[in-house]
Amino acid sequence: MGKFQLITKGLIKENPTFVLLLGMCPTLATTTSAINGMSMGLATLFVLVLSNMAISLTAPYIPDKVRIPSYIVIIATFVTLLQFVMQAYVPDIYETLGLFIPLIVVNCIVLGRAEAFANKNGVLDSALDGLGIGLGFTCSLTVLGLVREILGSGSAFGFKFIEGDGILAFVLAPGAFLALGYLIVIFKKLTSKKAE
Amino acid sequence: MDKLLVSPSPHLHTKTSTKSLMRDVVIALLPAVVVSVLFYGWSELLVLGVSVASCVLLEYLITKYLLKGACTIGDWSAVITGVLLALNLPATTPWWVVFIGAVVAIGVAKMTFGGLGQNLFNPAIVGRVFLLISFPTYMTDWTKPQGFICNALADGYTGATPLGIAKEGGVAAVEGLDYMDMLFFNIGGSAGELSAIALLLGFAYLLIRRVIRPYITLSILATVAVFSGIFWAINPAEYTDPLFNLLTGGLLLGSIFMATDYVTSPMSNWGGVIFGVGIGLITMLIRYFGAYPEGVSFAILIMNSVVPLINKWCHTKKYGR
Repeated sequence: MGKFQLITKGLIKENPTFVLLLGMCPTLATTTSAINGMSMGLATLFVLVLSNMAISLTAPYIPDKVRIPSYIVIIATFVTLLQFVMQAYVPDIYETLGLFIPLIVVNCIVLGRAEAFANKNGVLDSALDGLGIGLGFTCSLTVLGLVREILGSGSAFGFKFIEGDGILAFVLAPGAFLALGYLIVIFKKLTSKKAE
Repeated sequence: MDKLLVSPSPHLHTKTSTKSLMRDVVIALLPAVVVSVLFYGWSELLVLGVSVASCVLLEYLITKYLLKGACTIGDWSAVITGVLLALNLPATTPWWVVFIGAVVAIGVAKMTFGGLGQNLFNPAIVGRVFLLISFPTYMTDWTKPQGFICNALADGYTGATPLGIAKEGGVAAVEGLDYMDMLFFNIGGSAGELSAIALLLGFAYLLIRRVIRPYITLSILATVAVFSGIFWAINPAEYTDPLFNLLTGGLLLGSIFMATDYVTSPMSNWGGVIFGVGIGLITMLIRYFGAYPEGVSFAILIMNSVVPLINKWCHTKKYGR
């Protein structure tokens, strides 16, 4: 697998949201607007790249039996770092995402990549893998957030284009499930056509 | 002998078909439709027309162009969904809100799951609940539009449904309401909440034509009566009485026409009773203690989701065992 493919596979073939259906909790909960979705995606991307690199470096020294707790400690370190950085420089987004920032620690995408890829591959490959999957996650969350924002509040990236409210259900939890479900349908339709 | 058909039993044939059953339900809905149009006038006709037309049109378009399969609008089920959706909305609902409701009912709740027979939830209620949480301002606007026949009694009470008044002001606020009003032309509410008599007429027709069995409807009504009866007996100053709860809101419409939907209700009679008791309980819990004044649609949706479980518990015994 080429270096370039490591990045692109996370976008389409192994898209964490639309294909692997991983990390559903932040996906459904934080995508009330395009900005929120994108910042959640970028936050995860940051943790994913750094923790993948750290884990691929330390994997040979970690005993097999305690590897999951060790990974979690490593991931938690980067999440704490991210939390302080966000609190300092983007306090608004930090406030909106709230609990979901610390919850990146238990995000199954991060742990999944550590277990499935980083602990048996080199540093550069792991970083690229983290970047690819992270970008895929960011793109899907932005698209989902955008769809929900357009339908739910009649705006895109914060710019309002209709007066008043949209279809409020899309800002609430049921709309998250509906939008995600139909986006998966469209994504499957598009990618299956390409494969033929 | 290539015309010999071999099929599994039963070999009995009846004239009943999906189409004839569904047409009977539409006929049973007619009294309620007529009453609502008489009292709410042109705006109600518009809601009904938009709702039915868009439900049928959407089903046609989806089956023809999206699924590219057989067209299923001939079975009348889309018409029922359209009528029920319209009866569940205030007569003042703008046409585009009704259209969105039809998109959700037919597109999301029915066709996404595979069309009639596969849908887990009642399409009309999904449409209504979606609109209720999406457009709370339109969906709770009960101002009474000009009807074809005026009713002087109702004029004093426009603005909120009896259940809404009871939620806001407690039992004392609804003391002046006359039960005969509710029986014949209810005071404010969705079109289908208007007249208990019209709905009961439809119920009688469905029973006589053997379209539905009475277990689900009766167990819902009995549960509501018993539950509210107990609370009312304990503290009549705090809780509304059983008759009020039976006659107001969407209870009759829901229990007669929506909870009894073949696809989304349990198959056996005992299953139907469990289903009905569940709906009655959840409805009353929402009415007495919930944030919304009315809970029939939520109750039916919640119980719809456990129907597969109920079917698992209440197997009909295999013949001969």
